[in-house]
Amino acid sequence: MAEPMKIRANLVGDSTEVKVLMNHEMETGQRKDAQGKTIPAWFIQNVTATHDGKTVLSAQWGPAVSKNPFLSFKFKGGAKGDKITITWVDNKGDKRTDEATIS
Amino acid sequence: MNRKRREVLNTGGGAGLLALLAAAGWVKPETALAQAWNKAAFESHSMAETMKELGGGEPAQSKDIVFFQTPDIAENGAVVPIGVSSSIPKTESIAILIEKNPNMLAANFDIPAGTEPALTTRVKMGQTSNIYALVKADGKYYVAAKEVKVTLGGCGG
Repeated sequence: MAEPMKIRANLVGDSTEVKVLMNHEMETGQRKDAQGKTIPAWFIQNVTATHDGKTVLSAQWGPAVSKNPFLSFKFKGGAKGDKITITWVDNKGDKRTDEATIS
Repeated sequence: MNRKRREVLNTGGGAGLLALLAAAGWVKPETALAQAWNKAAFESHSMAETMKELGGGEPAQSKDIVFFQTPDIAENGAVVPIGVSSSIPKTESIAILIEKNPNMLAANFDIPAGTEPALTTRVKMGQTSNIYALVKADGKYYVAAKEVKVTLGGCGG
């Protein structure tokens, strides 16, 4: 099972700044192991952030996103104490959802 | 874990995979639809191909797209911070493309109304290359480029 994400959500003025650090190998499928066999690609394909039932950011990623991906963005309409939920799905069908409280 | 199902999931890819996930009740159908992964776009090798798969024509150069927190020289190509912001009204999506990577498209972000068209992430770069930020706003495409020099590649190795 995948490791939890680290999510920080802070209210700055009237917008909420969200910073996410995910735990994922993000294997490109280009590298070879010691035996010369290609290491299969394994990476996050879809990321969705929701606040109050509304999607505030959705992303499609390729294997070129770095290992243990970092993402930050801002949206309007958040309030202190609200929950923000982030979900990712990788190309093997694994998924993980974590939430954080806006502070 | 059922091995057969694993295989099906692995080979299914893209939309097929999400359909399976939806069928298995792991993701709600409406979420699955919004999350479909554009396999063709991520496997394309040139700007023109990527544009075609993303559904746009020739993008216009724009000075309203700004790179921030993006280095001129990246020491480690495995972790290159990229920040892109767009001041074009009605920005709907921002895509990050790296010209000399095996596949150009690195990430595509959909920006709903209410979310600022500015974000940062980190990407891998195989070698010194131009980075393109492709912005879709009000149905039209705009692009800006920045060269990032890489001293140690982040792909292969």
